[in-house]
Amino acid sequence: MSFWNWMEYAAWGLSALLGGYIVIDWIKTDATYDEEVLTSSREGELEAMVEEHHG
Amino acid sequence: MAEFDITSTTRDGMGPHGTQVGLLRVLGPAHVWALGVGIVLVGEYMGWNFAVGKGGAYAALIACWLAGILYSCVAMIDSEVTSTVAAAGGQYTQAKHIVGPLMAFNVGLYLVFAYTMLEAANAITAGYLISEVARLTGYDGTLDQRPFIVLVIVFLAWLNYRGVLATLTFNLVITAVAFVAILVLFVSTTGLLAPSMMQHAALMEGPAALPYGWIGVLAAMHFGLWFYLGIEGTTQAAEEVRSPARALPFGTLAGIMTLLIAATLTWYICVGLIPWEFLGDGVNGSVAPLFDAARLTGMQPLVVLLGVGTLFATLASANGCINDASRAWFAMGRDKYLPGWFGAVHPKYRTPYRSIIFLVPIALAFALKAPLDQVVTFSILSGLLEYTFMPINMILFRRKWPMHTIKRGYEHPFHPIPSLALLALCAVTFFAVFLGYGTQLVAMIVFYIVASLWFHFWRYRFVARAAQFTMPWPKPRGY
Repeated sequence: MSFWNWMEYAAWGLSALLGGYIVIDWIKTDATYDEEVLTSSREGELEAMVEEHHG
Repeated sequence: MAEFDITSTTRDGMGPHGTQVGLLRVLGPAHVWALGVGIVLVGEYMGWNFAVGKGGAYAALIACWLAGILYSCVAMIDSEVTSTVAAAGGQYTQAKHIVGPLMAFNVGLYLVFAYTMLEAANAITAGYLISEVARLTGYDGTLDQRPFIVLVIVFLAWLNYRGVLATLTFNLVITAVAFVAILVLFVSTTGLLAPSMMQHAALMEGPAALPYGWIGVLAAMHFGLWFYLGIEGTTQAAEEVRSPARALPFGTLAGIMTLLIAATLTWYICVGLIPWEFLGDGVNGSVAPLFDAARLTGMQPLVVLLGVGTLFATLASANGCINDASRAWFAMGRDKYLPGWFGAVHPKYRTPYRSIIFLVPIALAFALKAPLDQVVTFSILSGLLEYTFMPINMILFRRKWPMHTIKRGYEHPFHPIPSLALLALCAVTFFAVFLGYGTQLVAMIVFYIVASLWFHFWRYRFVARAAQFTMPWPKPRGY
């Protein structure tokens, strides 16, 4: 098998590894934290804080 | 300034302590520059040369500069509005605050489609480039490009998942290398360091100057966009920059200046070295013109540098596209324009992780199943619809909130000239696109009409209507 055939397998392997990392971390995160916390992000936080500071 | 209590806890998003997990404000102007230029610079390395095929070398230059004016207007308008509406979602969020929900929904879709399609196109290109490297290094089989296409998308998604600072610092480094490679090629071929190799007079004389006349110039406009397509993506960093009012205008305007220089140098180098018939055929002729120009010099270090530059530009573009598409999708989820599930932020990495994950299989499907030209065309069309929205948005912004009624991070000069110029150039480009890709244009518009009907008659009932307007602004004039 040539170098480039090895590279093809390496690319498949690395893709599976990184993809697996993302999926496992996603499942762990969703299981560890409340949905309310995860989706608590609100637009306008900076503006609100700046206004409060100067107010 | 504001007529309501901005610390009210009943107004969603206005309470300073409402967010428990939000996006991280860690970026500076250099990251904004890297995001904008990183998405675009691949257009200098490949794609723009179809403009030469449509109308010859001069037509490509006219298209390059007209598109440069168009995008300078885009950059100025974006700098003013985004430095004021500094939130993830970019033009989607601008549309939500300034025009209305239906426009915002459409603009959000334009953004996600434009960036996801471009990401897929970049992954296809990266696969092709790696197969070319294999061929040039003596591999005589047929390389399977699929694992490399998948790796590009998954690796960059992983990087984006793990944090925005590392993602855009990576973009900064590879974009800078790709840009410097163009400068090095320019000084090495034009007589500044070594004897000049340029053959402009010979290659552009007689019918080669404007082979299809002025209609060729019009047709070339479509591909003139490639030199700059994506610079508006800087706006998606709005919620993650430390100082939006300073970093966004600075990064965006420095980005368009970089691109105007890179585009003009690219044109000058390539048309001075490569005959227009070969240069203009981006499929069977010059697929990667800057790389081909480097090969024509016969200097091995230049060939390697421009090869690396081409690959880096492709990766930077795909990386920026993942960043931008996921922020737009996230912002729409947060406002319930899409299921609120997409509005989640990773508590450790502080990224919109579900949006990043959701868009990976879509990008993979287009990269592995769809032809490159169709993918790119749909990306450009979505971008063009977005540019048409921008001048309307800008005019309404200045009308509803005139100068001095709200604090702006940047005030662009000569209003409304940039908006009107952008609108006129969009009309010309729509006509140019219609000449070459009329069916796709109509199909795309039909798709957005159907999506709008779905949003109006079904999805809008789920939108958190009062909560979505979060800027501490006074009432718009006339309301």
